[in-house]
Amino acid sequence: MSAELKTAAHVTNHGNGHVTVTNFAGRAHVALNDKPLRANFRRAMDGLMAKRAAQFPDAGDLAKLRARGAAIKERALARLPELLEQLEARCTENGIKVHWAETTGEANRIVLDIFQGHGVRTVVKGKSMVSEEMHLNAFLGEHGIEAVESDLGEYIIQLAGEMPSHIVMPCIHKNKMQIGQLFAEHIEGQRYTEDVDELTAAARRVMRARFAEADAGISGVNFAVAETGTLVLVENEGNGRMSTTLPPLHVAVMGIEKLVETMADIPPLLALLPRSATGQPITTYVNMITSPRKPGEKDGPQEIHLVLLDNGRTRVYADLELRETLRCIRCGACMNHCPVYARVGGHTYDAVYPGPIGKILTPQIAGLDVAEDLPHASSLCNACVEVCPVKIPIADILVRLRRESVRPSASQAVKGGGSGWTLSEASAWTGWKWLNAHPLLYRMGTGVLSALGHLIPPSMPPLKAWTSVRTKPKFAAQTLHQLARDKGFDDE
Amino acid sequence: MSTAASVPAERPSTVYFFGTCLVDLFYPEAGLAGMELLKREGLRVVFPQGQTCCGQPARNCGFFEEARTVVRAQFAAFPEPWPIIVPSGSCAGMMRVHYPQLFAGEPDQAQAEAFASRVYELSWFLVHVLDLKLEDKGEPVTVTWHASCHSMREMGITDEPKRLLRSLSNVTLVENPRERECCGFGGTFSVRQPEVSAAMVADKIASVEATGASEMVTGDCGCMMNISGAMEKAGTPMRSRHLAEFLLERGDVR
Ligand code: SF4
Repeated sequence: MSAELKTAAHVTNHGNGHVTVTNFAGRAHVALNDKPLRANFRRAMDGLMAKRAAQFPDAGDLAKLRARGAAIKERALARLPELLEQLEARCTENGIKVHWAETTGEANRIVLDIFQGHGVRTVVKGKSMVSEEMHLNAFLGEHGIEAVESDLGEYIIQLAGEMPSHIVMPCIHKNKMQIGQLFAEHIEGQRYTEDVDELTAAARRVMRARFAEADAGISGVNFAVAETGTLVLVENEGNGRMSTTLPPLHVAVMGIEKLVETMADIPPLLALLPRSATGQPITTYVNMITSPRKPGEKDGPQEIHLVLLDNGRTRVYADLELRETLRCIRCGACMNHCPVYARVGGHTYDAVYPGPIGKILTPQIAGLDVAEDLPHASSLCNACVEVCPVKIPIADILVRLRRESVRPSASQAVKGGGSGWTLSEASAWTGWKWLNAHPLLYRMGTGVLSALGHLIPPSMPPLKAWTSVRTKPKFAAQTLHQLARDKGFDDE
Repeated sequence: MSTAASVPAERPSTVYFFGTCLVDLFYPEAGLAGMELLKREGLRVVFPQGQTCCGQPARNCGFFEEARTVVRAQFAAFPEPWPIIVPSGSCAGMMRVHYPQLFAGEPDQAQAEAFASRVYELSWFLVHVLDLKLEDKGEPVTVTWHASCHSMREMGITDEPKRLLRSLSNVTLVENPRERECCGFGGTFSVRQPEVSAAMVADKIASVEATGASEMVTGDCGCMMNISGAMEKAGTPMRSRHLAEFLLERGDVR
């Protein structure tokens, strides 16, 4: 990807009056012409789909499990405000300090204050999408605190100065040659190699030293149990456990939707998350964090803080249909199965959350005025809907967002609603409505098209895009209406 | 999401045929073949001249009011309680799955729900309601099946069309390992994100061609327009037809 495209979002004027910040088509153009990138994604997504399928051999069992997963999250969301209070009370009893942040700016400030209060200089981080949402590393860096990613994939993209391209496998867009080069450039004494074991060993060497010297650890949270105040964290590399147990101070950041009611809700979700995500029956590590080190215990941090981030989620929550977005358990299955994502990769979305979940989440959090093109970057094929372990109706929400973008709801459910409206499109649909709501007009119109449609030049706007890789559709000499009548089929 | 249809208690004697606007304009022979197949099974097939479009294009673009106006015209055109047979999984999905959503809270919500429950995708109806049996009259041929996303994931059609193809003795069906992957049509998606759509259809063509079949059979003309149009543009045209046309040509009722 070009250096220009690696920078933060840039404003693009489409020339039709509306301005968006995401530029899906432009970035897709670059990605589609990047052969190694396409090959990396295609291979990786094919592998992930096959692994997931192997984990769920019985369609009936899977359907039941998904229904259960959806119900658990729905139940928790229905009582979200009181559960959040319960979580805060339990955590406080257990010795975890809870902080509330409405914006990412506030959350960053809270984390910085904690760190400055403890004289923290270096931090190790476990993988956390919420911290990506906060752009926490950059913020801490500006304040003289170095945060090092300890998840291998996150570490690689941190070296490359890139954003994650996948929510579970952040550096899935890179192959071992690219990683070998990065390591040779950035890790002292490391020669270029494509040997995966040697590369992993190199990263481990760097990490061990970092863990030993870190003043604090940062992590995300996969599930927080309101009943017990337990933070559940799944991972495969052990780095999450080290980040949350070795340093004397641990700060966990989580979106407010990550709650479940009881500990009994965890096993079904654990039966869904790793299998949907990476096709593993269970992750190598499942961490359950309930309190700081107690007297007499040999490990664990002296202090734990939990930062609860809203960042637009309350607004999403307010609308019952859009609320379903918040059921997401961030497994990434929707992107693994998305035919669009598999071809353009995660960076094309120019957002922290790519793929189908990103297409519904980003416009709701950043606003439709910023990400108007994302809900349209879908063929509505429903592949994501079919696999989502908590049954989020992603395609319906995409359509709802398209609607908010042209005709905002009275409640202004989504920021930037209406920003996608154009006179030309609205007029086209008015014309379409007239033609299709009046059978006589329709029959006259289609009759004319049958007779004269071949005269429409293929360079006319929507046809131009179509005919770039396809021939122009050929109008039949007679419509089905005419044929049905001629063949004597009854009209009523 | 998928609202699987249920077999009516009694075999109907009259059915409506909803041709779809795409078939109407570009592939009327596919629609006619569907109607002939039903007629050969002894059904009275009614094709209301007042029918137009299922409303999906506007609904998918967020223009719900315009879509509802057009859908109401379909309510008016199909007044009797007969099953409505649709030769497209995508339009059938719009009518069966999305009409009830689109009319939730509208005064005619009940009408939308009743209408939706009468909608059947053609191949499903042929297999489950009519138990169609065919005798193959054609020359040996190797075909592959293209499944549309909405037929699979909204209408719950999985094996029905392939069952019909396999029942023909001279037809060899070679399945496409990427059958479940979208061809990149997606209505306005193909013109809003033309390059992504182009990449998708290019991959689809490659997987269809790799089956070695001499013909592609499908149940959705939107996909067909996309795939066969792209094959033609690439200079590698392959015969492609709607399932109804294929069955009608080859099969005699047994
Ligand atoms: S939307 Fe569903 S499939 Fe996608 S990441 Fe969230 S839980 Fe997983």
